Amino acid sequence: MSSGYFKIADGTVYDPIHGVNGERRDIWIRDGKIVDPPSDPNIRPDRTLDASGLVVMPGGVDMHCHIAGPKVNSARKMRPEDKRKADKVVGTAKTRSGTMGSVPSTFATGYKYAGLGYTTAFDAAIPPLAARHVHEEFEDTPCIDKGFFVLMGNNHFVMESIHRNEPDRLRSFVAWLLGAAKGFTPKIVNPGGVEVWKQLPSGNVHGLDENVGHFDVTPRQIIEQLALAVDELRLPHSVHLHCNNLGMPGNWRTTLETMKTFGDSRGHLAHIQFHSYGGGEGDETTFNSKAGELVDYVNDHPNLTVDVGQVLFGETTTMTADGPLGYYLSNAFKSKWFSADTEMESGCGIAPIEYKNTSIVHSLQWAIGLEWYLLAKDPWRVVMSTDHPNGGSFLAYPQIIQLLMDRTYREDALKLVHPAVRERSQLANLTREYSLYEICIITRSGPAKILGLVNKGHLGAGADADITIYTPNDDKTKMFELPRMVIKNGVVIVEQGEVREPIAGKLLYVSPEYDRGIEADIAQWFEKYYSIRFRNYAVPLEYLHDAQEVRI
Amino acid sequence: MSTPAATKPADASATVITDSTCTFCGCVCDDIDITVKDNHIVDAKRACVLGKAWFYNHHADDRPSCLIDGKPASVDEGVERAARILTEAKYPIIYGLSDTTSEAQRVAVGIGDAIRGTVDTTTSVCHGPSGMAFQGVGEVTCTLGEIANRGDLIIFWGGNPAESHPRHFTKYSLMPKGMFVPNGRKDRTAVGVDVRKTKTAKAMDLFFQIKPRADFEALWTLRALAKGIEVDPVQVKNDTGIELERWQDLMNRMKAAKFGVILFGMGLTMTRGKHLNSEALLSLARDMNKFTRFVVKPMRGHGNVTGADNVVTWQTGYPFGVNMSRGYPRFNPGEYTSSDTLARGEADAAMLIACDPMANFSQPARERLKSIPYIALDPKDTPTTRHATVAFTTATYGINVPGTVYRMDDVPIFLRPAFPSSHPSDFEVLSAIQRRVLELKQ
Repeated sequence: MSSGYFKIADGTVYDPIHGVNGERRDIWIRDGKIVDPPSDPNIRPDRTLDASGLVVMPGGVDMHCHIAGPKVNSARKMRPEDKRKADKVVGTAKTRSGTMGSVPSTFATGYKYAGLGYTTAFDAAIPPLAARHVHEEFEDTPCIDKGFFVLMGNNHFVMESIHRNEPDRLRSFVAWLLGAAKGFTPKIVNPGGVEVWKQLPSGNVHGLDENVGHFDVTPRQIIEQLALAVDELRLPHSVHLHCNNLGMPGNWRTTLETMKTFGDSRGHLAHIQFHSYGGGEGDETTFNSKAGELVDYVNDHPNLTVDVGQVLFGETTTMTADGPLGYYLSNAFKSKWFSADTEMESGCGIAPIEYKNTSIVHSLQWAIGLEWYLLAKDPWRVVMSTDHPNGGSFLAYPQIIQLLMDRTYREDALKLVHPAVRERSQLANLTREYSLYEICIITRSGPAKILGLVNKGHLGAGADADITIYTPNDDKTKMFELPRMVIKNGVVIVEQGEVREPIAGKLLYVSPEYDRGIEADIAQWFEKYYSIRFRNYAVPLEYLHDAQEVRI
Repeated sequence: MSTPAATKPADASATVITDSTCTFCGCVCDDIDITVKDNHIVDAKRACVLGKAWFYNHHADDRPSCLIDGKPASVDEGVERAARILTEAKYPIIYGLSDTTSEAQRVAVGIGDAIRGTVDTTTSVCHGPSGMAFQGVGEVTCTLGEIANRGDLIIFWGGNPAESHPRHFTKYSLMPKGMFVPNGRKDRTAVGVDVRKTKTAKAMDLFFQIKPRADFEALWTLRALAKGIEVDPVQVKNDTGIELERWQDLMNRMKAAKFGVILFGMGLTMTRGKHLNSEALLSLARDMNKFTRFVVKPMRGHGNVTGADNVVTWQTGYPFGVNMSRGYPRFNPGEYTSSDTLARGEADAAMLIACDPMANFSQPARERLKSIPYIALDPKDTPTTRHATVAFTTATYGINVPGTVYRMDDVPIFLRPAFPSSHPSDFEVLSAIQRRVLELKQ
């Protein structure tokens, strides 16, 4: 008789949320969830997987990537040359074909994340006007659970409410907008700067206290007020911030000031590597790392979390809701340029680039990312990311793991980059090596906790049965790039890189309560300025196929 | 699926559906109030002349839902025959897709993948060259609401929106009173560039009637003037038919504008130069951002051709003309585009969805199509459905069928159907064919 149980037997288990550090244990699964072992010793599992000698971890969680929506799809459209020379994804009886390169097609994205042992990923920057587009693409992105952050840092209603000093109106709007888009948390990208970009030639803001024309607010106010609104709404994740001045020499002062702006509010600073630069403004000759100064501040402030945005050498495609940044990059790299401004909400910039180890700037970017991992005292608050595909592909995660776990490998890599890195960053002096336990934290348990996903990132009873099993190997790249087995909702979806069962994966969203009275106010503003009707804007629950509301 | 907001008008037997979406052209106006009586649309408030024609002429056709070899058949029989045609072919093509929901488009591309076929859309015969230009230089663009709220210099190049997109002027580009253009039309300068003096020209403040096939030269003249490069006035006049002073005046206005916009049509993409014309225009808009804010946007025709571009791209990585015969997607316009695979006699079976190549493809392509088995899905009887081996009469998207369409600026809009149809939707027929194809492929 079927017991409904699936047992992963005798694996070497890493479950940092429960303090389990490489202990041999059994994991019991039933109905897609991890459960306590049955109390009746006579109950036999339907299937037992012998994991002796293998490493068992929760499925990976990518909390900041760009994998769906208008920006990602425009990048796919723009770059046929990026796919021609890339690996082919051939369709099988169970899987769809696809294309790779820096911006893989949807099905390929799902398969490759799963193949890497990742079972959850969040797109970091979606204009809510395009929410339906994202939901459609997500439905064609199998194997992983998904969610997205909703762009609000240049939203007109947000800025207007802040200017009018009406925090209740702002909070209600934030809640309404998240529910309308079926998104996960507010995202701020270059607060105020994108609106100025829309108004002026090469427009941008360069500091937290610059005025945003027409709306008469400052970037600092936008960050402060949205962070407060998110905390008051008790959303699972904090506000998710892409600071002003991304990529600019000397931007670390803006970043430090931004960190202070959060006060006691929770805040997540995305791709912090891109915001940790010293040096004179626009001056490459003095470009240097200020990771140390910023890490110190984060170490002392438990309300702040970061993901790194590691840079890897090679070609990629940058894509951002930071419109002026896209323009800057396309000029710097003399590459083709896509820009798309979304009414009332946001911007978008895309430019192909290449990170070269012969470049002092790119070499320092690479080193600063590693400094962040190696200097951070609390691994629970620093998350692995490449800001896929901005710093590099998510497929580079195994290589980053080896750079962190293997000091010799890292020192060899350091020999291949611009020599000035040794003087202008601390990397050469850092001897720390990450343990498997710490890797488990920065790739799954930490991001799950930061996102407020109580069913992810651990292997205790009640968790989603999203599990990755690795074959131990001293070569950590090899170990992590080809998991022995990946389990999603209790189903073996990948074995040794082969997709076995490409299940759909869920959409994770929030639906905070708010004062419904605000809807008339929003509708009036909406009909005046938007080019679609208010009633056609919100995405109803019926539009989603496999969705789960996340609550605290 | 969302519920139509139904209100009862004075006539008790009629129903009004507000905020309905018209899918006739790329404007995808979503503010139409439709009155339905006895499964007929009797009023379509705010719809333009084209929209009204679209709504009034799409009552459920009293035809069989399926014809095989011209004879009535059940949908199941049609699905079986269609699946066999597609799986038995060596070079099957799937074409059309621009007048159906993206839900149906997604299934169609899935079928193409399963049969290792070639998927192409009507983009290849309209703005395909713009797509190729996009791949060459990128594009600086925005949603239509940005134009409505900010645009103060609007240039229409090689198109006639007054007749092809009648509400574009009033809803998006010329008339709206926007946040930064509070006086609407008074705050805007409208410029037309075309080889003909169309109805659009009459709505412009300035009109440049250029020589036929001189778009490329005209655009490069402007690019040179933008950069302050000296050009020969005699050559400019000879090449473009317009005096240099007028181009210089236009460039001065472009630089002085706060938010310039160029909206372009098939007058640019389907004349000599094709993608090079589009590339010149996209480059000009990019260049102008050195001086001010400037954007560009192709005026897409069909209701969901933009959705077709998006769906084919997210599933395969390429926007149109995609071949999967090797088991993975490859892109090559001219090689894998349907008018070409047919004209060269390569395609040996086809599935044509919401398109009419028998009416608008070249003679050799039509001859080839007549000689091979093919499947057609269309709400209407067309030259293409008449010659089809299997013809499905499908319900009309937006009128009978809900789903998603993408406006010309990539904004996704949901459809509120007005009344049910006795015919299945494209999505339903394609899903049934996909299931059967996958079974046959096992």
